[in-house]
Amino acid sequence: MNAIVTLPLVHAERAALVRRRRDSACAELWNALDAVKDPEIPVLSLYDLGVLRDIRRAADGVTVVLSPTYSGCPAMETMEADVRRQLLAAGVRQVVIERALSPPWTTDWMDARARLALKDYGIAPPDTVCCPQCGSHDASVVSDFGSTACKALYRCNACLEPFDHFKPL
Amino acid sequence: MNDTDSLLTRYAIRLGDDAMVHGQRLCEWSSNAPTLEEDLALANVALDYLGRARMLYSLAGNLCGQSEDELAFTRDTRAFQNLLILELPRGDFAFTLVRQFLLDEFEHLFFDALTASANEMLAAIAGKTRKEVAYHRRRSQEWLRRFGLGTAESARRAQAALDTLWGYVDEMFAVDDLEATLIAEGIAADRAVLRATWQAAVTHAIEAAALTVPDTTWRIEGGRQGLHTEHLGHLLSEMQFMQRAYPGLSW
Repeated sequence: MNAIVTLPLVHAERAALVRRRRDSACAELWNALDAVKDPEIPVLSLYDLGVLRDIRRAADGVTVVLSPTYSGCPAMETMEADVRRQLLAAGVRQVVIERALSPPWTTDWMDARARLALKDYGIAPPDTVCCPQCGSHDASVVSDFGSTACKALYRCNACLEPFDHFKPL
Repeated sequence: MNDTDSLLTRYAIRLGDDAMVHGQRLCEWSSNAPTLEEDLALANVALDYLGRARMLYSLAGNLCGQSEDELAFTRDTRAFQNLLILELPRGDFAFTLVRQFLLDEFEHLFFDALTASANEMLAAIAGKTRKEVAYHRRRSQEWLRRFGLGTAESARRAQAALDTLWGYVDEMFAVDDLEATLIAEGIAADRAVLRATWQAAVTHAIEAAALTVPDTTWRIEGGRQGLHTEHLGHLLSEMQFMQRAYPGLSW
């Protein structure tokens, strides 16, 4: 059964990110970084998440701007290492990673495609709590915190399966 | 380093100490919480605090030339400037969550105010923190209600926690010379003006949970001067053990 997924309007920051990528002088680097996924959610790239904010050519290499999701998210270091590895493999000589805290990352920066990918992967996207297995909205919270800081744990009252919900932040 | 930078360094370190010490206390629950779900929740909240401590220590460290690790693991009790309420032992589950509630209600106001800081980095950290606090707060408010309206035993424990903690809350709103100077410069948030709003919110929640706002009159403070309870030394000796035993150790 397919759930009805409400497609949110594109957040202004997301639109700005899409424009930055479109107008960027280093399209090949953006493309290369599409291979870098969230280590905990391997169906979403850092670009899909909105964690990858910008790529700039610098004098001797490339500067990559990342926005951390949760301040204590242990996946950030893995993401940074993966970005570095990917760019070095693409022939970049030097990679500088900048962390941008402001504006703070929000789940609003994920676009509709990313939300659908989350749902298909079995994680309820941030918009509404909706069972990714059967599409029911009848669910009870089991724990405000799930397997990672960004998720809460629910149980579907229709199909009785547990599922993770990507918390709106 | 100019005067403002030196004050800002000390300010970021004390806010970092608050987050570090509280995060460490929450970490102590790992594998000890009453249920698996609460174990995950406490560890996740702890991670938010550790992340916050890292951001604040690196802000300070960039100004004073020390690393995050040096600030966290090589300073002794007298150099730590955290609020005393945060270093008290974790107690039982009610004590931990009631403390979290009092703190969340404060941080919710404080980090909101700090987003207006003239220091961009501090404002950015506050903007990030504010969102995480909103989530913590929802959970601790919920627990306060459950304790108060749950069983006689849960209400008794929550009330005991409130009674023990009440003498420590004033320090959350104390402004010393350092903060007064930074408030005048638009860098620090004025915690003193948050007191009335906090008091109203906390009173409302405590009464809604059928608990009683304590009427204790004793007050204690000293954390900002490095004058701590006996508990901080024990906490640090555990937290800093690896760096003390193997200086410079890294993963």
